[in-house]
Amino acid sequence: MRRRVEENLVAYGFLSAALVCFAVFSWYPIARGAVLGFQQVDFVSDPTWVGWENFERLFADPLFATAWRNTLLFTALALVFGFVVPFLLAVVLNELKHFKAYFRLVVYLPVMLPPVVAALIWKWMYDPGPGLLNSALRGLGLDGAAWLDSADTSMLSLVIVATWANLGTATLIYLAALQSIPGDLYEAAELDGASVLRRLWHVTVPQTRFVLLVLLLLQIVATMQVFTEPYVMTGGGPEDSTVTVLLLLYRYAFYYNDFGTASALSLLLLLVLGAFTALYLRVTRKADA
Amino acid sequence: MRTLIAPGRRRAGYTITLVITTIVLTVVFVVPLLWVVVSAMKTAVELARVPPTIVPETWTPGTYAEAWDLMDLGRYFVNTIVVAVGVWAVQLAVDVPAAYALSRLKPVLGKGILGMMLLTLMMPAAVLLVPTYLTIADLGLLNNPLALWLLGAANAFTVFLLKRFFDQLPVEVLEAARIDGAGQLTMLWRIVLPLSRPILAVVSIFAVVAAWKDFIWPLLVFSDPARQTLSVALQRFAPDTPVNLLLAGLVLSSVPMIGLFLVFQRHVLAGLTAGSVKG
Repeated sequence: MRRRVEENLVAYGFLSAALVCFAVFSWYPIARGAVLGFQQVDFVSDPTWVGWENFERLFADPLFATAWRNTLLFTALALVFGFVVPFLLAVVLNELKHFKAYFRLVVYLPVMLPPVVAALIWKWMYDPGPGLLNSALRGLGLDGAAWLDSADTSMLSLVIVATWANLGTATLIYLAALQSIPGDLYEAAELDGASVLRRLWHVTVPQTRFVLLVLLLLQIVATMQVFTEPYVMTGGGPEDSTVTVLLLLYRYAFYYNDFGTASALSLLLLLVLGAFTALYLRVTRKADA
Repeated sequence: MRTLIAPGRRRAGYTITLVITTIVLTVVFVVPLLWVVVSAMKTAVELARVPPTIVPETWTPGTYAEAWDLMDLGRYFVNTIVVAVGVWAVQLAVDVPAAYALSRLKPVLGKGILGMMLLTLMMPAAVLLVPTYLTIADLGLLNNPLALWLLGAANAFTVFLLKRFFDQLPVEVLEAARIDGAGQLTMLWRIVLPLSRPILAVVSIFAVVAAWKDFIWPLLVFSDPARQTLSVALQRFAPDTPVNLLLAGLVLSSVPMIGLFLVFQRHVLAGLTAGSVKG
């Protein structure tokens, strides 16, 4: 009995620092965030309860709808590029027996760059005049694009950067998953007369289904919180075409010091992302069991 | 090992695919980086020319030194290192004992605590931005690296990875040490940590890389320009800095992470699959 008490004391001694950190920087902010959305908060006076007022202010803001539309566009484009391209790339790399180390190194190189650095490099590459992209296009006899300077292409330009910078992670995770597929499955499928595409669809995809699903959910949650690229590269422009939900949230909180309305927007974001996160947790827990 | 396409059949297409893949990946991922490194050595006038010169007409490698001085990069390097090393040290100091306690000492409510920690992973980071910022402000930790260190220590993923590793350590070794009269602290320090080198390497690299790459938290915490990290300072300088100097600054600030990657490649890539899920 005494021994058990002593062991618990030791254990809680070991846990104490972590408990404090989690309490102050995770658990308390979670609870506080739920309340903040219904309060008027600034640094000057004490918070006051305002009910749904913050939400009403948000809904009245024309940028609110724009921000969600832009964010959904970003997420959709990011899924097309960031989900499909790494998978196909991994399938190709898995077939290649040469230069393996080089390929891994190269696709992962941009992942190591600070996102601000990647964004600033690309901002310069997108320059319609001396920028590398348009220079290369002109070299091929094509017209350049306005890239970040036009509302039509600005979001696509941001997605390209984000994909370029992050695709290495997904590619290497898929590659690891592909390598665990038993070779006899392909052999059996081939003996049954399945073509390469059919083998890809009926063997490769189902065998990696779990990893595909997990990364899909993670990517939705991550891309809907896009901030660095629009903040650094466009500041939300041109014509508000790259104002994302998080950029709007940042403006409410840190330009207008309206932390209540920013928190109301956080809660809406949580509502949307919570569904995907819950799904993700269910999927991974099932796999753990 | 047998993959999608049978080895015997690929001779014709294989070489073509290999060549195309090599060219495409090099052009997409290596060329832009080399382009930046080289372009930084052009003069500002040459850099503005359309179409751009591929090889600089006048090599001015001095831009690197000039950029370092102009933007006072030394200061921001030190600031960034203070943040990254602090995050690493505090995270290990806080999370290793916690994971050990949860894994081996199994205290009352231990499972509940782990569950509560993992719950924080469910929270999208953006949702906690404002309340966490206000909490940091309330504690008077704005413009103080301690804010980022402690924030980094509340990392459920690290606790989870460590705990899972500690769970798999052989019980006999720990029992033997216990019979020899070792206290828990000695066991953790003398036996568990040396056995846990692989996972400690992975967790360490994750912590340093994440801290170096982080942008939004340093942006929020360090409003004082003298305290800012490289990422925050560079985006602040970007609009008013001559392009060749800015590019040089970008290259310089990426060197440590690229270097780290080249040296610890194996660990970084191993961590990638340890951190993700098995298929």
